[in-house]
Amino acid sequence: MFGLDKKDTRLLILVAILVALAPFLLNPFPEGSAMAQFNAGYPDLMQRFVIFGIFAIGFNILFGLTGYLSFGHAAFLGVGSYAAIWMMKLLTMNVIPAIFVSVIVAGIFSLAVGWISLRRSGIYFSILTLAFAQMSYSLAYSVLTPITGGETGLQPKVNDPRVLDGALAEGATPKANLFGLEMGSSFEWSVGGWLFTFNAGYYLAAVVMLIAFYMSIRIFRSPFGMMLRAVKSNQQRLNYTGLNAKPYTLAAFVISGMYAGLAGGLMVAMDTQVGAERMFWTASGEVVLMSILGGVGTLIGPVLGAGAIKYMENILSKINKEILHQWFAFMPDGIEDILVSLVYPFIGKGWHLTLGIIFMLVVIFLPGGLVEGGQRVARLFKRKKPAEDGPDGKTTPAE
Amino acid sequence: MGILEVKNVGKRFGGLQALGDVNLSVAENTVHAIIGPNGAGKSTLLNCLVGKLIPDTGSVMFDGQSVLGRKPFEINQMGISRVFQTPEIFGELTVMENMMIPCFAKRDGAFTPNAFIDMFKDREIVERAEQMLEEMNMADARNDNAATMSRGNKRRLEIGMCLAQEPRLLLLDEPTAGMARADTNNTIDLLKQIKDERDITISIIEHDMHVVFSLAERITVLAQGTPLVEDTPDNIKGHPKVREAYLGETQDAA
Repeated sequence: MFGLDKKDTRLLILVAILVALAPFLLNPFPEGSAMAQFNAGYPDLMQRFVIFGIFAIGFNILFGLTGYLSFGHAAFLGVGSYAAIWMMKLLTMNVIPAIFVSVIVAGIFSLAVGWISLRRSGIYFSILTLAFAQMSYSLAYSVLTPITGGETGLQPKVNDPRVLDGALAEGATPKANLFGLEMGSSFEWSVGGWLFTFNAGYYLAAVVMLIAFYMSIRIFRSPFGMMLRAVKSNQQRLNYTGLNAKPYTLAAFVISGMYAGLAGGLMVAMDTQVGAERMFWTASGEVVLMSILGGVGTLIGPVLGAGAIKYMENILSKINKEILHQWFAFMPDGIEDILVSLVYPFIGKGWHLTLGIIFMLVVIFLPGGLVEGGQRVARLFKRKKPAEDGPDGKTTPAE
Repeated sequence: MGILEVKNVGKRFGGLQALGDVNLSVAENTVHAIIGPNGAGKSTLLNCLVGKLIPDTGSVMFDGQSVLGRKPFEINQMGISRVFQTPEIFGELTVMENMMIPCFAKRDGAFTPNAFIDMFKDREIVERAEQMLEEMNMADARNDNAATMSRGNKRRLEIGMCLAQEPRLLLLDEPTAGMARADTNNTIDLLKQIKDERDITISIIEHDMHVVFSLAERITVLAQGTPLVEDTPDNIKGHPKVREAYLGETQDAA
């Protein structure tokens, strides 16, 4: 289907189903129950899952295929965000121009950054991209305040020009929409003790994510994708096989920059504000973590990594001491206190500690990331079944 | 006039004159060996031919065109393929993918952003790569990871990848270095077969005299950055200057 082979089509359909049913799947616990804090099926978090999924998918096209580790991809996300918010200020609150322009602007910016950074490889390339990103951050934070809003950032104001939109009603605030459908609008469905939220913005972002995912599969399976893997494998042989590595890596860099811009544009479409901190180097580092945690160079890995990190960031960090005391209430008092103080450093503000430990465990025991973990589990279950790989003559890097 | 004409090529690294004044002419469709003791400048000369180094003086003409100032991928596209001392292949890719890359390079040139076709649906490329794997006797290994192969098979694959581009000149840099005797003989047989079956010029840098004398039609002896003699293998064998270069000062019997 759509020019994909059976295996990839299955993967795409599976992802599409999971994404479509996410409001159910991520809300397994009834409202008000003790486990309800583990529910992730609320719009804000679901939007983050898919948006950071897009960011990580794009990053993986550069890092996973060519092996060039960029430490400055948040800059493209930030530039995309600023482009999107300016579209909303100047043109219309409709998200289509905002998203479209964010991709274009991030693409042009990444072309410039990539052109210079790709003169070097390895650690020098990483440092160059990091330098560019930090410069962009500093510029956005201070020097370019008229364009970026500096410390306070930008949001659509009532009196922005918005040449394509009609005048706002008295007292109304500008809201991001898709031809009138507000991104913030949700349909809530209450069944028994459960509450499921279907958010317009989430579904828009989800559709965009599926398209982005589909395109990344096509790139992985194309001759272009193979050349990118060849760059990672042996650049010397590539040069002596009559192939020019530079435009290949630059194209991969620009494509991943455009994915980052797309993610930035969608962030603005969901939540109409931008601040410079979005470009800070920790944000660039986060997407590296997502790729490695999920599985570098695999198709679905980065999406899993993005989901895992965003889940921990939003769910683990919300658990506090009282909740721990509730959990361990069945224990005798002394032991309860000991257990709580043992677990406490790993939750709430300490969620980074948990993330760090999980990251280390994954890197040491599952170098292929969560995807490798999944494959090992799958292998355990179908050990008796003979391997099916190979007859069609295709080998896939992984999925 | 040969397909490859090297004229007055010199290359200096700091205080070391790696190549003095090299003149070399490789005739079309011959096997031309370049031999010489360690440090004679063989590898430097080879690197000047493929664009890795740029000589300080002189000219290198391939088929009437200068290669100087061109990048390695451009020189390769002109029709010069290089086999490395340690086999350079794409270790993380499968054998089939390894073979497809030069086929794409031959047909589509140095850069083609064809990101939206399935590479295995490109019948022309797949058939060509399969045919080359057959010729190299590697069809069974097509789905193996190239890194897992033995050194001899990696060498075979590398040579196959070079041939897939149908080069006019094949440069081999000590192709049997570090190989077991059996692998060395297999490589010699493979190169003999290539020479017999194809219109191709082969230039080979080699230490192993067994390899050189089994293959070469002309031999150039390089010592201290300058060509000492150029002749047929039979004449080279007993040449006093060659002995001198390899064994040091000849001792006068008197």
